[in-house]
Amino acid sequence: MQLNDEEKAMLAGELGEVAQIAIKHQISVGDFFGARDFVPVTQAHIMADTESLGQAGVQWLERLADSKDARGRVRIPTITDPRGTDFSKAGDIAQADWMLHLERRAIDAFVKLGVSMTDTCINYQTVLSATRGEHVAFGDTGVVIYTNSVNGGRSNFEGGPSALSAGLTGRTPRYGFHLDEHRQATLRIRVDWTPRTLNEWGALGGVVGKLAGNYWQVPLVEGLDAAPTSDELKHFGAAMASFGSVALFHLAGITPEAYRAADVGGDRLPVAHRVGQADVQGLIEHYAGESRVDVVVFSAPQLSLYEMREVARLCEGRRFKLPLLAVTSPQVKPDADRFGYTAAIEAAGGTVMSGMCFYQSYAREIAEAKGWKYLATNSAKLVNILGGYGYVPRLASMQECIEAAEKGEL
Amino acid sequence: MTELVLHARHAMGSKVTGEALVASDGFSARYDLNRLEGVFSRPTHKLAGLSYVDRILVLDTAKGGVASAWMLHEMRSRNMVPLAIVFNTVNTILVQGAALGDVTMMAGFDEDVTALVPHGARVEVDPQAKTLRVLDANGKTIAAAQPTHGEVPGAAKPVHGPGKR
Repeated sequence: MQLNDEEKAMLAGELGEVAQIAIKHQISVGDFFGARDFVPVTQAHIMADTESLGQAGVQWLERLADSKDARGRVRIPTITDPRGTDFSKAGDIAQADWMLHLERRAIDAFVKLGVSMTDTCINYQTVLSATRGEHVAFGDTGVVIYTNSVNGGRSNFEGGPSALSAGLTGRTPRYGFHLDEHRQATLRIRVDWTPRTLNEWGALGGVVGKLAGNYWQVPLVEGLDAAPTSDELKHFGAAMASFGSVALFHLAGITPEAYRAADVGGDRLPVAHRVGQADVQGLIEHYAGESRVDVVVFSAPQLSLYEMREVARLCEGRRFKLPLLAVTSPQVKPDADRFGYTAAIEAAGGTVMSGMCFYQSYAREIAEAKGWKYLATNSAKLVNILGGYGYVPRLASMQECIEAAEKGEL
Repeated sequence: MTELVLHARHAMGSKVTGEALVASDGFSARYDLNRLEGVFSRPTHKLAGLSYVDRILVLDTAKGGVASAWMLHEMRSRNMVPLAIVFNTVNTILVQGAALGDVTMMAGFDEDVTALVPHGARVEVDPQAKTLRVLDANGKTIAAAQPTHGEVPGAAKPVHGPGKR
């Protein structure tokens, strides 16, 4: 990679040990992808729950944080993805003390490094979204795909070590979706049916993600009959990223880089796939099975204020037989409290958690401790993930999930 | 008959030799593995139930979320990690994880690597040369089944994405 004088100084350790470690990591990644140089970034967002980090990852963070290097702090606004717990509700999901201890160690290290603990995967709805053409270094695949596709910002999937490195150096290797050439559509998909509910939007995203199949594919989707809401695109993108590792999609006439299909090269692509209601229902029914439900979870991504409002509305007048978890961000939670949404959910027997995400919170251990196996959710991303954690997940609408919590089955 | 030596466009890490676990399937440390036991745990994964520890994984593509970037490092700390991971197409996360976790990685072939490398074969992954060599049990290079599966000229395409577009 070509380095400017400042980057050469970082690599030589002249700007401190921490920046040196960070830029060495970035160069190894940049070299792999053939990046010619670095691009400055304005924000970084770090995914770093301790189930992923483990002891080794936390110790790595602590070594950086405890360095004698006084300059070893982030240079740009650097925020965090959900933690592995909501400390105030950890007992409700039977999290062990060692999990909380590890979380506290990780948080202490991040704070020493100057990281702002926003603990959210919906920073584009709650903190500060990127603008068109803005280069950022975001973690959490749902954040990246929304930023690239809906905001027109530019980011690769930046895993925790790379996102932190970007925060510490203020730059990231220029490859992948920072480059115009990778932002053109590669796969043209025609839909003849527009989803209505969030689980359907997620399922459509899952279908498109499976068709795309890998990180370097950029689906162009045509045929939607109305502009989706932010929450709908949140579920659509998060599922597409989860099922297909996709980081960028275009919606013809809707998303900013595809005002016309030709703007992203769509006019030169044949329609490769036609997707209809049957395909979306097929994905939903793939997860259909027994009527038994042990727990209902709304999470992945964290709920927006409007989703919290809708959950609260549907909870009114009900009394749940099953545990119901509604997980939101620390930015949304105070408003949910002020507007009475938290009280309405909890009056029905639900639990509102914030600053975490269900699958990032030791989901396997939670299942064993609580005896949970059959899980209902409206998140297509969550059903895709939890199979590997030993759950039998079921995808249903928010209303169906809440009715299941009341009746005890779906 | 030609040697079965496949050339990749992208590689990192140390040269390793070991048994290949091959599947036309994806890979995510979060979605697919029981990392405590060192096995593929997703029931629908084609390698479900098999141990990945000290094996060379030859898979189609990197899947899923950003957690794998930390998880390879954590798996390395417990010596419960694959020797190498080889993909047709890789995403950025697995590369970032391999860089932190010191896991050999290779990606970007002109043909489907999962169709060319026999499951259970002994293979050598050489990131310096950007080659994957299929060996027999005695460590010799075996012949390819078809000439088109032999020496694949690589590194000719100046792509930044590590797979066919």
